[in-house]
Amino acid sequence: MTEQSQADTVPASESRSATAAAPRTRSARARFSDGNQRQILGLLGVLVILIAVGSFTTDNFFEVSNLVLLLSQASIIGVLSIGMTFVIISGGIDLSVGAIIALASVWATTGATQEFGLWGMLFTALVVAGVCGLINGVLIAYGGLVSLIVTIAGLASYRGMATLISGGQPQVVRVDGFGAIATTEFLGIPLLVYMFAATVVVGWLLLNRTTFGRHVFAVGGNAEAARLAGIDVRRTRTIVFVLSGLCCAVAAIMLTARTATGASTHGNLYELDAIAAVILGGTLLSGGRGTLIGSILGVVVFTTVNNIFVLNNLSTPIQQIAKGVIIVIAVLLQRRANKESTG
Amino acid sequence: MSTTLLQMRGIVKTFPGVRALDGVDLEVRTGEVHCLLGQNGAGKSTLIKVLAGAQRPDEGTIEWGGNTVSLRSPAAAMKLGIATIYQELDLVDGLSVAENIFLGHEPTTVGFARRAEMRRNARRLLERLGHGEIDPAREVGELSSASKQLVSMARALSLDARLIVMDEPSAVLAHDEISGLFRVIEELTRQGIAIVYISHRLDEIREIGDRITVLKDGRTVAEDLPAAGTPTERVVSLMTGRSMVSAFPERNPVSAPDRQSELLRVAELSRTGEFEDISFTVRGGEIVGIAGLVGSGRSEILQTVYGARKPRDGGVELDGGRLPPGNVRAAVRAGMGLAPEERKSQALVPYESIAHNVSLAALGRYTRLGWVDRTGEQAAAEEVTTALRLQPSDTKQPVRVLSGGNQQKAVVARWLLTDCRVLLLDEPTRGVDVGAKAEIYALVRELADSGVGVLLVSSEIPEVLGLSDRVLVLREGRIVRESPAHEVDEAEVLDLFIEGSAA
Repeated sequence: MTEQSQADTVPASESRSATAAAPRTRSARARFSDGNQRQILGLLGVLVILIAVGSFTTDNFFEVSNLVLLLSQASIIGVLSIGMTFVIISGGIDLSVGAIIALASVWATTGATQEFGLWGMLFTALVVAGVCGLINGVLIAYGGLVSLIVTIAGLASYRGMATLISGGQPQVVRVDGFGAIATTEFLGIPLLVYMFAATVVVGWLLLNRTTFGRHVFAVGGNAEAARLAGIDVRRTRTIVFVLSGLCCAVAAIMLTARTATGASTHGNLYELDAIAAVILGGTLLSGGRGTLIGSILGVVVFTTVNNIFVLNNLSTPIQQIAKGVIIVIAVLLQRRANKESTG
Repeated sequence: MSTTLLQMRGIVKTFPGVRALDGVDLEVRTGEVHCLLGQNGAGKSTLIKVLAGAQRPDEGTIEWGGNTVSLRSPAAAMKLGIATIYQELDLVDGLSVAENIFLGHEPTTVGFARRAEMRRNARRLLERLGHGEIDPAREVGELSSASKQLVSMARALSLDARLIVMDEPSAVLAHDEISGLFRVIEELTRQGIAIVYISHRLDEIREIGDRITVLKDGRTVAEDLPAAGTPTERVVSLMTGRSMVSAFPERNPVSAPDRQSELLRVAELSRTGEFEDISFTVRGGEIVGIAGLVGSGRSEILQTVYGARKPRDGGVELDGGRLPPGNVRAAVRAGMGLAPEERKSQALVPYESIAHNVSLAALGRYTRLGWVDRTGEQAAAEEVTTALRLQPSDTKQPVRVLSGGNQQKAVVARWLLTDCRVLLLDEPTRGVDVGAKAEIYALVRELADSGVGVLLVSSEIPEVLGLSDRVLVLREGRIVRESPAHEVDEAEVLDLFIEGSAA
């Protein structure tokens, strides 16, 4: 190191003042680089193949009504997968989402809640699911418990509460405005799809454009490093689970409106579909790495598979087998891609 | 003694985009300690992996005892008698010493391990290493790093290894443990086993090594150098391709510490079982070094000052303001920064880019209402990494591609962005090669000259003495000596470690 170069190394205060003058290379898309990009391209490839299969094996795959149906089917798991993406990137897992949907749906449709009309029901769903997420988050972040354990407990107890409140009976939605959520369309596209899209946009901005999003990646990638860099790891973890809860609320509203009932059986095993979509989308189960776009594509791929199977009158068991095979193949491909990119 | 055991010629190994090995020759004789030197990134790790059968070379020949062989898998390498002891020891913490030694080749009767025989043989192997005191029945997780290393070596012996590759074995050891390691190595070579010894510490190589091979940029640049007789300057210039400048920067009289105000005051800090009654101050522009053996409490003190551990008694003041105990965020907000000992596990977020790692602690500066100003963030990160000459200069690369020295620069860069006023450095040059060390030293001195107070912990006494203005000598959790750095020498510090007399 020469004398001259030493002189321009520090002090820090000077280097900061010149930030505006510093050169910009290609726009900051670090998160969307190498591995992630390949991941998303791979999923798009899979989707193209599926669409080809769909159009060859069926007559009505490309009908607008079918595509709209496909999107609205993807909406509910799609919304869940957004919250799940945050949770998994932060290094956790949330198995309680299906149960939270049940509880939110039942609580929002009790006789007493329905007295308050549409807004009262929406508010109830959001608060109930948000609080469930908060309980999960606090137990995990401040209680130091493992998220797998806490959310398994949640899976059992939230659904138990839902059954208790509803007496095990489906509760019919009598508020007209609420049912309209599932039937309203703009420009031929159901409101449900718009709700899904809105959640995607909010989630994407939160994850990729805010300090909080950055902290989620840091906590999941290396919690100790995040702590020693002065990040509030516990608060970040808590918020992530609250977000997952709020996504459950949106999903519960959508599901309740579509079925016109609140039921303690709603959302059964949805957690597995959401997790599968997130993993298929390339998010690392160990945390620290992933994309929201990947998760959305994951959901769309699964929904398209279902759609094609239904159009071809293939049975549910075969659908399930196909789903399992797709997950294994996708993860194998991901492993290869990751190996190549790290050398 | 000296017949050729291993002869590698023209080994080439390429990864996508990188030519990690570009024609490496290595000749190892039976019963010698062969030292492999090279800066980080010179290709040592890849060469070890080739030797261990974990990576297959693209070109080149390998002869073993005069016969051409191919090391196509780890099992093939082991079968020939090549054992590798990695820096991160590959032992299973939950299993016993004996189980670890015989893992994968347990003596069995119809599938059942013969446990008594395993223990007996394990004991014999440990005795062969001169460490019969290690109980084969103990769980490996409870052992010290030094003992774990011995278990790894016993494992190598159990596989009838004729060549043992040791990747920086001394990095995890305390001073007195290293001499124990050397005794074991001497014992092994006496039994005709060849050792390939990798270390950044030239003094060790002088003491234990027979011959040196130097790698640079994936090539062998020198072979058959006598370990004891080759001057340091020559070794360093071979490794770096340039002649050695003085490792430690001049202490700058202009920023004489006594003219600066006191920045950090640590008063009667104690943590049960770790350290007692630690008091000292750091002024702006001053580098204070803490010298102590492993286990003397030096890292624990640093972490407690930083708020990562909660003290039992005592407190920390920064610029006159008392910091809440055990609160990292308050310390960071007040202007403290820590470059921890384990950069990978404590400082860096592996999948994130260099830029994101650098901006991690200062993100608040580039945030409005929770929204990150990514242009400003990126520009600031590039500014500071360019100033520190961090390689590669493309800060969008993931941080895990960085070499040890550049990782350290990334961590220091992080704290430059926060306007840090007191920087705590825990082993700043561990795993950093010789050339980059001098750069880190210069960087730390410049930081101090710009008014930052630096608290330095290192297990390398010359580093503490050479870099610091003032030295605290720590023994068993207590400060036994405080003095200006130029008033003590290495022998005195060593003496204090052992005797603890406040001479």
